[in-house]
Formats: sequence, C-alpha cells, structure tokens
Amino acid sequence: METIEQKQKEIIEEFALFEDWMGKYEFIIDLSKDLESMDDSLKDEDHLVRGCQSQVWLEAKTEDGLIHFQADSDALITKGLIAMLVRVLSGQKANDIATSDLFFIDEIGLHEHLSPNRSNGLASMVKKMKTYAIAYSAS
Amino acid sequence: MSVKTLAEIRADFPILERKVHGQDLVYFDNAASAQKPRQVVDRISHYYLHQHANVHRGVHALSQEATDAFEAARRRIADFFGAASDREIIFTTGTTNGINLIASSLGKMLEKGSEIVITQMEHHSNMVPWQMMCEDRGMVLRVVPIDERGQINMEAFQNTLNSKTRLVAVNHVSNSLGTINPVEEIIRLAKGVGSLVLIDGAQSAPHMKLNLKELGADFYAVSGHKIFGPTGTGFLYGKEEVLGNMPPYMGGGEMIDRVTIEKSTYQGLPFRFEAGTPNMAGAIGMASAVDYMEEVGFDFIQKQEEELLQYAIKELNNFGGIRFIGEAEKRASLVSFLVEGTHPYDVGSLLDQQGIAVRTGHHCTEPVMDFFGIPGTLRASFAFYNTTEEIDRMMVALDRARKMLS
Repeated sequence: METIEQKQKEIIEEFALFEDWMGKYEFIIDLSKDLESMDDSLKDEDHLVRGCQSQVWLEAKTEDGLIHFQADSDALITKGLIAMLVRVLSGQKANDIATSDLFFIDEIGLHEHLSPNRSNGLASMVKKMKTYAIAYSAS
Repeated sequence: MSVKTLAEIRADFPILERKVHGQDLVYFDNAASAQKPRQVVDRISHYYLHQHANVHRGVHALSQEATDAFEAARRRIADFFGAASDREIIFTTGTTNGINLIASSLGKMLEKGSEIVITQMEHHSNMVPWQMMCEDRGMVLRVVPIDERGQINMEAFQNTLNSKTRLVAVNHVSNSLGTINPVEEIIRLAKGVGSLVLIDGAQSAPHMKLNLKELGADFYAVSGHKIFGPTGTGFLYGKEEVLGNMPPYMGGGEMIDRVTIEKSTYQGLPFRFEAGTPNMAGAIGMASAVDYMEEVGFDFIQKQEEELLQYAIKELNNFGGIRFIGEAEKRASLVSFLVEGTHPYDVGSLLDQQGIAVRTGHHCTEPVMDFFGIPGTLRASFAFYNTTEEIDRMMVALDRARKMLS
C-alpha cells in the first residue's frame, strides 16, 4: 500500500505538468468529476461541514484498522480538492492520518483554498478527518 | 463635475496599480471595503508623526493639539453628514459597533414585550444584535419579508408596526442586493406609531449625499472603511434628545463625570459613549476621507457609479445565462448574480486567477440567500474609481470561467 507521503508526491508530479493556472484548474475540475459519488442520503446535517462559500459533506468508516473517507461538495473546485484529499488519506491507518503533514496543497500552489479565510469548508474538513483519526486511534 | 479627472482620481489610489496572480488588478469588492486614497494615508501619517498625544484633559500643548484635531474631525463629520450638532456624532469602530451600542443601551431602557422591527434583507450585523437583545431582555423581534425583486414588502412593513413597536432597524442600501430602500417612507411610518428608527448606513454613505437631520432617523450608523477611510473606524449618529437620555454601554475613562467608590455619574454627549482612549488617528483619517469624497464630488460619484451599474447590467444581459439576485427599481452600484449551472465559489476562484476581485458567498445575509434558495452569489460592487474597461475585463474572465466549468 502506498503511504500518505507517496500519494502526495504522485499528485505533485501530476501537477508539475501544468505550466499555467488554467491547466491546473482544468485538472482540478476534471478530478471533481472522477470523485466517487456520495450517497445522497449521507448528505445530511450530521455529515455537513459548513463553510460560508461552499458546503462539504464527509463520511468516515473504519475497516480492519483502516479509515475510509467519502466526501462531496456543491462546488466543483472544492470537490476537486476533496478528491485529492480523499485519495491521499482514505484507506490509511488512523495514526498515520492523525499525524500526517499535508504538504502537497502548498507544493501545488493551492494553499489559498485551504486557508480559513476562504471558508469553503475544506480547512474544516481536513480538521474533521484528522479528529476522526485521532479519536479512532485513542479508542 | 469633479475638479479631478478619472485618471487623476485613480492615481490617488496606488493599490489600483497592483498586479494579482500576474494580472492587473480589477477591484470590484468595494462594498466589502473601499480602497484608500493617498491623502487619507498621508493625513494619518502626519497625525502620528507630528501631532499625537492622548486627547482630552491634558495640560500640555501636544495633548491640546491632538484634541483639537480629533474634535475638528468630529465637527467635519457632523457637518458633512448634516447632523444638528457635533454632540450627535459618536466615534465607533464601525457600523456593527454603532448598532451594538444602541442594542445594548436601548435594551436597558425598553420594557419586556417591546417589539423590534427589522427586515429579511438585513446584514447579520443588523440582525444578530437584536436577536441577542430580544433573547436577553424578553423583547420580540419582528421580521418584514422581501419580494422577488429584493425589495421590502412595504404593506407587510406597515402591518407589522403597532403600539408595541419601539424600534425599527433597517438598512438604507442592501449589501447583497443593492436595493436602495425607501427609508424616508419607513421613518415616516415608524414615527406614526411613535417608534424610534435606526438606519444601517454602511452601504449608503459611500454612494450618496446624506443629510441626517433632514432624514429624521433617530440613529444612523456608518463605517469609515467603506467611505475610503481607515479600517476600524466609523460613527454613530444619534439625535441629541434621544441619545442624550440613554445610558452608557461601556464604562471606563473619558465617559465619566464624577467617580466615587460607591457610584459614578456620566458625561454628556458624545463622551458618555466613548469610554477609553479613542482612535484619534482613525477619526482624523475618516474626516480626511470625507474631504476626499467632497473633492471628488457627489455629482461625479453618482454619475460614474450609475454608468458602471448600467454598463454591467447590459453586459451581463448580453452574456446570457445570468440570474440577477436583486432587481430593485432603485439600486446602488453593485450587481449580485449567478452564472447558470455554476457555483459562485468556482466562478469567483477562476475570476481571482485572472486578477478580478469580486466577492462570493452569502455576504453576511444568509436569510436573503435562503429566501432565493441559493448558496450565495457573485457580487461585483463598484466605486467611483472603477471603469467600464474593467467591467469588460470581468466579462472576458467570466466567459473563460464559464467555459472551464461547463
């Protein structure tokens, strides 16, 4: 199984192919279309990560000590970023998720989307993913 | 006409020369905060470098000079906005602060069961303070609905007023819809049932010449940073005969008449509501912003802003697939809209990449978004320094964004 670090490096390599912002954003929009769709019944208040710009829904399940995430958003760019976060963190060990350093966002030059100022639900989503992993590791 | 040309005006705002993501900045987020002319920044620097000391009650010359400059700023604001006296101008940190001041002070005076009337299109800062006051002190908040064009339902407003109405708190211009509300009529009707009236003037003061005495509202709150002044400044206008009979909301220095261990008595207006060392540099900077607006002139401001508004509406209509949110008969210089089949966050992010600064989201008016059943809008809000060429650039960027998202 690839580690969180390996998966992040892969993404950074994929983004290195794009020279301008348009290519990068078109890629993110494409990624949003590939994200495994989330069951509509899960898009409720319990799974909602509220942002004032866009909404995010997050579901976490554990299986054989690994945590699996499912997520969705009403905005495409947010959804594309979610697709990357799910790819990096889903199916990993709780402790690895809890202690992970998500350096790829900065490396591919998309840190502004994770800033709390954007209030698109992404920063809160990462926090929730980690909190879930910490809670699971402790139990 | 202005004594300055548009090019000269733009040269007063160095930030407009900036690049963002390698592109020339187009700043269409003026309703959130306006940019500052060099004159305002210079005036603040001058104060700090040459005039600063603590104000009021100092025996030394510098303190006197700072006090004179600070009080001259108050007179300037009173004069520019048509207050009856400078005692009616309380310096605040902004509109939100002014509204909270009234909610806190009035809350101590009103009996339980009193009714406060607001509208569905209020900014959260003219909604939440009243919710808090009603919860704390047993008052009732009544909310007047809006219509599909984003205007107050005036019949419903009239029906909401009754003998228990103690305060009507309404925005002059809506920040998310651009609607210019009929505040003269609202004040007249509210006065008919003996109610006080507070007007949230955050979005009106940058665009129109106000005469507060003539308007007749009891309270009028304004933000300095939206009228090209410094951040963290603003003022609350209050009619002397009303505000003068209200209790202070914050205790401290500056606001007292006499203090003993057992009890204190308070100063008159305006100092009763200005506890602590005030933001002198801010007040002086705000007065200098007002000087700047006067130099540009409201004839120019209104002509330029109306042209920008009409041009933006025309271009967006030609573009097609636009849903306007807020189509009131009388509108300030902003357009709030959605591009069909897209999310405002996506469009806003792609505009940003092209150097265009617009605001996306619910604009602190969630009940408005709920009414229209939308997650938010894109809002382009103009100031007198914006140009139609900048709108052209926004349209090109919008076209590219839509193609990328489809």
